[in-house]
Amino acid sequence: MRRRKPYETFLIYMAALLVAIITLAPPIWLFISSISTQQELLNVPVHWIPQEPTFERYIQIAVATGNASAAIFRASMVNSMIIASSVTLLCIGFGSLAAYSFARMKFGGQEPFLYIMLFSYMLPPIMILVPLYTIMRDLKLMDTRLGLIIVYSALIMPFAVWILRGYFQSIPHELEDAARIDGCTRLGALIRVVLPLSAPGLVATGLFCFLASWEEFLLALIFTSSPAAKTIPIAIAEFTGRHAIDYGMMAAGGVVAAIPPILLALVFQRYLISGLMSGAVK
Amino acid sequence: MADVIPQNPVTPSGRRSFFHHLIDSERSLAWMLILPALIIVFGLIIMPILSAFWMSLHTIDLKRPGIGTPFIGLGNYADILSDAYFWASVGRTFYFMIVSIAIELVAGVSIALLLNTDFRGRNILRTLILIPWALPITIDAIMWKWIFNANYGALNSLFLQLGIISKYQAWLSDSLGAMHAVILADVWKVTPLVILLSLAALQTIPADLYEAAMIDGASIWKSFWFITFPLLLPTLMIVLLVRTMDAFKVFDIIYIMTSGGPADGTKVIAYFTYLDAFSYLRLGHGAALAYLMTFFIIIMIIIYIKVLKSREVEY
Repeated sequence: MRRRKPYETFLIYMAALLVAIITLAPPIWLFISSISTQQELLNVPVHWIPQEPTFERYIQIAVATGNASAAIFRASMVNSMIIASSVTLLCIGFGSLAAYSFARMKFGGQEPFLYIMLFSYMLPPIMILVPLYTIMRDLKLMDTRLGLIIVYSALIMPFAVWILRGYFQSIPHELEDAARIDGCTRLGALIRVVLPLSAPGLVATGLFCFLASWEEFLLALIFTSSPAAKTIPIAIAEFTGRHAIDYGMMAAGGVVAAIPPILLALVFQRYLISGLMSGAVK
Repeated sequence: MADVIPQNPVTPSGRRSFFHHLIDSERSLAWMLILPALIIVFGLIIMPILSAFWMSLHTIDLKRPGIGTPFIGLGNYADILSDAYFWASVGRTFYFMIVSIAIELVAGVSIALLLNTDFRGRNILRTLILIPWALPITIDAIMWKWIFNANYGALNSLFLQLGIISKYQAWLSDSLGAMHAVILADVWKVTPLVILLSLAALQTIPADLYEAAMIDGASIWKSFWFITFPLLLPTLMIVLLVRTMDAFKVFDIIYIMTSGGPADGTKVIAYFTYLDAFSYLRLGHGAALAYLMTFFIIIMIIIYIKVLKSREVEY
């Protein structure tokens, strides 16, 4: 390749700097707001660097019992953790069984079911909201974690099946055949050969399931109302609806709620990008 | 498809029955494996879709329990299609969709091209753009709402200090301003996805294509237009498809940042439907709205698939 001219190098670094600033400035500002005192938050013009940084709000979210909004954040973090983890396990567990069947096994007429699954993934969730509301009410699942776990699993399962099927198909047949000749059953081959070889796919799919349930908003808004089941997006949204908004607390809650998904994305970066590709392209 | 049934080590006499047994057990196992996923998807998605259609043919108004739930055929649909507010919300949805996707595609491809060149810190930047992608959408929304805040917001302060404005502005208080703020919040969060996908596509383009073009005297612009762009196009079409479906159902950012206001300026179709069903409690009417929304989405999917198929010939 030809050598770059100096002004081109300069332009590239300026553009890269600009992208970095636009990417980082908003979340950094959220964090700065969360450690600014109430007085500084309401200053005009703003103090870009807080003069008396305080982690008081984080401590309140972690341990305080007297502060109502801190308690709601804590409860909803726990709810979100339980719900997102359960949904991930269910979708990966049942999803990989179904995906294996779709990818490798013959039984008359599975194709339509696969497309029904794909179709149900593309639909706007608002479409099923009204009947789902009556189902949840009848089953006494309103405002329970279990209710959200079941509904989220149903919504995310088709996606998990679709992606995992792609991963399973990419694993050479011969490996599995060899295992079966050595006496493995179908399920044995799935567990001992196919699943370990699809580990990157399982990680990526699990990550997507977790992130999707962590940030889901509309269904949680309809189906939960109390700290018993309320998830973190709902707790955050309620904050902005109040008349006297505690901006500092809102920012701190936002930072805390953003940490698990961002951490997961950074740690599993490698799997995530290949997963995104296969998810989008297949 | 190409399923292999392993050689079975049985005697020739027992082969036939064993073979049948194998196929049968294979088939029942195949069904058993998909059953849990199928039950949950059918019970909670497919059934509700059908029952939503049935509901959309009735008047179900929880605020007027006295009238019962009479069957009115396509009455709800006729009502919606002749409602100017509905069409206004469709228009706003398309505005949101077209503007946000256009910016996301242009910015996404540009930044992907940047990240595909060699410079120090490139890998760090690639990692950083995962942050907006992973940030939950509701937090994206409160973050931008706080930045746009009329009295204490960072944007006002920044612009004032830079001399762009002479006094604090209420960015979210006029319809178009609110719409553009919502679009900005969406673009900031979604562009990284476009970058990641475009970057992956760019990395598959062999470098010697560019070298050959350069030897032939092609400018950078020409080699982008005749090499990079056509090879990126399949990926961009997929991005366009996925993003169109997502943008058409935008709800979370609207709910948090503007609640559909001011003066209905950001009342997109998903928010319109939500209010109809869960605020005015007109469940039948809401179900019909949701069906119409899905109808729009299906039409768009069909158009895209047609376009994708017709373009396939070129490669």
